[in-house]
Amino acid sequence: MSARDSLIMILVVALCTYVTRALPFWLFRGSGELPKAVTYLGKVLPMAVMATLVVYCLRSTSFQSAALFAPQLIAVAVVAALHVWRRNVLLSMFGGTAVYMFLVQTIF
Amino acid sequence: MRDLKFAFHRTVPVMFGYLFLGFAFGVLMAQAGYSALWCGLASIVIFAGSMQFLLVELLSSGAALGLAAVMTLLINSRHLFYGLSFIERFKRLGAVRHYATFALTDETYSVLCALPEELTTPRRVLLISLMDHLYWIAGSVLGGLAGAALPFDTTGLDFCMTAFFVIIFIEQWLSSKSHVPALTGLCSAVLFLALLGPDAFILPSLIVTVAALLAMRHFAPMGGEAA
Repeated sequence: MSARDSLIMILVVALCTYVTRALPFWLFRGSGELPKAVTYLGKVLPMAVMATLVVYCLRSTSFQSAALFAPQLIAVAVVAALHVWRRNVLLSMFGGTAVYMFLVQTIF
Repeated sequence: MRDLKFAFHRTVPVMFGYLFLGFAFGVLMAQAGYSALWCGLASIVIFAGSMQFLLVELLSSGAALGLAAVMTLLINSRHLFYGLSFIERFKRLGAVRHYATFALTDETYSVLCALPEELTTPRRVLLISLMDHLYWIAGSVLGGLAGAALPFDTTGLDFCMTAFFVIIFIEQWLSSKSHVPALTGLCSAVLFLALLGPDAFILPSLIVTVAALLAMRHFAPMGGEAA
């Protein structure tokens, strides 16, 4: 991507991020409540989107050979196990990434 | 000075997290061919962890702007909630509220939530938001500088993004009463991935997810995250 296109994309992402943060303040003036659908989506969308993002990250997984699915599936399991066990974000992230790097660099 | 110390104490846990995550973001950006300057710029104007990780993907795959915009709005939709719970508090902040709104990340939100109402002065809110922002910028710039020169084989380092999303997913899963939204997103994504392949599935998948969630709204009460 050219520098110009990259810059535009960064600005678009920045603007949209700001919109999600400022929207409640814009919509909610004085009395009255947020539209019910907005409140509802604010509640349920984050979970659905995070599930989608996990799939997005793993999208190039293929079951044609072990090297194309084993490292990421093992590492995801490690992240999940570490996280359920200790609930420590940095530990889970570090541990899972280390396992993945080891697997792709030396085994597969 | 006292406010500065106060804000620092409150944000120490965030500091470690942001330096580390920011660093990871910077390294990924560097590997995608972007200098530390770009890392700093993105962290200054965006200031959103998961979205910036995704930005690296969007930049290196040359994604369309519309896709980037839709994904940003959906991924950051959780922020709607943060603002919602701060509407009254932020009204009293005067001009500071504009910056505080811009900088209302998950972590800053949790720091401000833990702050007793009577201790919430505009100055402190400003300093807390600003410090978090600076940790994040510092982490990303350092990552950007180090990324090009890490003394070991970095193949596979990009998995930290996947790990990060898996962690958030688990956190949300464990703290929510209903798993229907998570399963809806998961099924839709897997289905469209199988149908359309890795390059084209995300947008249709998200659209169907939103439509399905809206349609289900009238049938089942769905608990969000435990407050």
